[in-house]
Amino acid sequence: MLTTFRIRRFNPESESPQPYFQDYRLVTERSDTVLDALIRIRETVDESLTLRCSCRGAICGSCGMRINGHAGLACKTKVASLASPDETIHVEPMNNMPVIKDLVTDMAGFWEKIRQVQPWLQPKGPEPEGEYLASPDAMNHLTGVMGCIMCGACVSDCAALEVNADFVGPAALAKAYRFVADPRDGGSSSRLGELNHPGGMWDCTRCMECIEVCPKGVGAMDRIMVLRAKGIEQGVPPTCGSRHTEAFADIIERKGRLDEPMLAVRTFGLTNFRQMFSFLPMILRALPRGKLPKSGPLFRAIPGIDRIRRLFRRAKERP
Amino acid sequence: MVTTYEFDVLVMGAGLAGLRAALAAHQTGATVAVITKVHPVRSHSNAAQGGINAALTDRGDKWEEHAFETVKGSDYLGDQDAVEILAQEAGQDILALEHMGVIFNRNEDGRLGTRRFGGQKRARTFFVSDFTGQALLHVLYEQAMKARLPVFEEWFVTSLVKDEHGQCGGVVAFEIRSGRVALFKAKAVIIAAGGLGRVFEPSTNALICTGDGIALAYRGGAPLMDMEMVQYHPTTLRGKGLLLSEAARGEGAYLLNAEGERFMEQYAPNMMELASRDVVSRAEQIEINEGRGINGCVLLDCRHLSKALIRERLSQIFEEAKSFANIDLTEEPIPVCPGMHYMMGGVKTDVEGRCWDPAGGWQGVPGLFAAGEAACLSLHGGNRLGANSLLDTVVFGRRAGRCAGEYAKSLPQPRIGDGVVKDEESGIKRILVRPETDDAVARIRHEMGRTMTENLGVFRDQEGMAHAQGTIAVLRERWNRVAIHDKGQVFNTSLVRALELDFMLDCAETIALGALTRTESRGAHFRTDCLNRDDEHWLKHILIYHRHDGPPQLEFLPVRITQWEPQVRVY
Repeated sequence: MLTTFRIRRFNPESESPQPYFQDYRLVTERSDTVLDALIRIRETVDESLTLRCSCRGAICGSCGMRINGHAGLACKTKVASLASPDETIHVEPMNNMPVIKDLVTDMAGFWEKIRQVQPWLQPKGPEPEGEYLASPDAMNHLTGVMGCIMCGACVSDCAALEVNADFVGPAALAKAYRFVADPRDGGSSSRLGELNHPGGMWDCTRCMECIEVCPKGVGAMDRIMVLRAKGIEQGVPPTCGSRHTEAFADIIERKGRLDEPMLAVRTFGLTNFRQMFSFLPMILRALPRGKLPKSGPLFRAIPGIDRIRRLFRRAKERP
Repeated sequence: MVTTYEFDVLVMGAGLAGLRAALAAHQTGATVAVITKVHPVRSHSNAAQGGINAALTDRGDKWEEHAFETVKGSDYLGDQDAVEILAQEAGQDILALEHMGVIFNRNEDGRLGTRRFGGQKRARTFFVSDFTGQALLHVLYEQAMKARLPVFEEWFVTSLVKDEHGQCGGVVAFEIRSGRVALFKAKAVIIAAGGLGRVFEPSTNALICTGDGIALAYRGGAPLMDMEMVQYHPTTLRGKGLLLSEAARGEGAYLLNAEGERFMEQYAPNMMELASRDVVSRAEQIEINEGRGINGCVLLDCRHLSKALIRERLSQIFEEAKSFANIDLTEEPIPVCPGMHYMMGGVKTDVEGRCWDPAGGWQGVPGLFAAGEAACLSLHGGNRLGANSLLDTVVFGRRAGRCAGEYAKSLPQPRIGDGVVKDEESGIKRILVRPETDDAVARIRHEMGRTMTENLGVFRDQEGMAHAQGTIAVLRERWNRVAIHDKGQVFNTSLVRALELDFMLDCAETIALGALTRTESRGAHFRTDCLNRDDEHWLKHILIYHRHDGPPQLEFLPVRITQWEPQVRVY
């Protein structure tokens, strides 16, 4: 079928280095991946089209790019899965990192954040003479997150990173999880302590994009949630994030629905005057329109709250 | 002003062999840097799926058995002193990897689990699902980050430099991102830049496997050895040549022909699908040639394996079959064919990774080391056993790193003039200003790949190989004139691909030369015009030296035999 590829180009050495889109029309086959098509363009139409690629089999992580608005591996994305004939496929470099040329991005910042989580095993005690003994389940579980190939797709499409450049990001947190959950690692509490700081595990906004776009099923956001739970379990100092989580659960358990003003107060603390003051304009706008939600004792539990509480009890009893 | 960096040891390549060598050299106290044309975790070691062999004595295995099966697998071309070291030191290296953090598969008792692999009677392959290479590579990179090893990422090495005494003194390279050329002075250089799979088309190898290190060492004066020995993997996807791990057969998958027969019964009644790779690939090709294939393929059948096993231990190839062949392995057999996979030959080294012989038995380049697929000890001889390549990278990567570190510490920094950088700069410029022709780098590369596959594949003969040799010479002429359309300095991948092709043509030439020279059939080198193994004349290695002023020069070295006299090879 005839497919149009609209590729975002950028040549820093051109006279006016501005990104622009260039269309290439190409006959593609059902079995073609986006990478096959890009290589064919490069070899038969425009040798200067620049991208990274190597293994062709979704294991090296070189060809991360945005395809029709979402990050993924070009070598794992079938053309036929994207477009019916005569539709246009948009190909762009990954987001949340600077572009060097065409589809090639600068991943130095990505790796800097990976290094921030001290991504190496910090063994518990002295090395055993043989292998460390570990349960097969614990190890099998870890292979899921070990499958991360550092392609950058999750970081590219991370909504939190887009507004908060200090966020360590989903790839680094998934890597941190890989050690925190490793029974051989002894650095778990210091790792969680580090991740408790601003920019760490509490900065994820849970948009799930990292889970959606990951070509290897690493499930970064799910790992971040486990890190948070482990952090609270191990008693890391409270942060807005952990207070938000705890208040959220506590309010639901008591009322069966969310008391939003109370959630804000308990997240930030009533004595956090600056934060409290920042809500004032919103309160003043909401009040005359009758939109200010009830709170505290005025906010009643839903009928049948006992059933909700039973659910909580059962969840807490589970090992 | 010429940019110059100085280290005791410079490692070219950041796959398993390179990183293992760099860490070992670092431990000797030497200053070490790694230079690589891609980020370390993009290296092709990733692609190794099935596992890593080791005979652990505490589970009743014997290193001698592993060594013998490796020697037998090599069709008795492997040097037995090297094979013995490999088998003896395997256990300690597996444990070292585990201690560094590799998440090996475990048994119920919490100890490391094993699976079976080809050419071996015992299950001695340790593994991480079916992405063992990736798991190892990422852990070694973690260790490199921990040790704060300087890594020059996305730098392309263009030449090896030597001082006036012929001692290796470093490399010249350019940064792909900026185009700037720099001199890397080093007292020892370790070539660990991997294989040359892309010389063939198709190949299981990544697009970066272009034999750069092999060709650089060759041009620098180090001999290449066993270049005729190219492994064809029995289970690759037709077309692109993607690999389906031997782990599938290790876990019990069958090979079927068009008539639904497990044809390996005819060829290897004892080991069946787990005979050595050369044997299985040849059997498949015979089935296909004699009309019992399906569109140039046979079938790999996993349907009788449990879904849980496939999910847990073959997850990568399950995904791969789904993504790239649209086949559900649990429901349908998948068509596979032999495909170029691995280079047994490479830069000749001794068991310490040295590309020269201190005793003078063969010529080489003092200060140059090699490890991994780029190197040839020879461990794998005529045919490598599955799961021995990862082992090769860690055992001999470590040994080369340690030896290079100790060696470098004893030497002053070699004297290298800045002129070498100017030479490379002008060499690159000359390529960039070539006048436009109607030829293209990609076209030359495709022709080379097809020529090699057609004439130096599973079955070879004099006529075909000579034809290939002639074609390569013509392609070399075309390379000398081909223009590059991208003239930029920043991330000029057109230039990179042109330089890679230059390296590949050297590799192709030596493969054809080695294959024409060896007038017998041994291991993966099977000649329809010389059907038998000829121990009387060919129990020896072919060394090829580059000559600037004439055709390559051949030399022969006897195979080193310690305890296993050649026998008839039956599986």
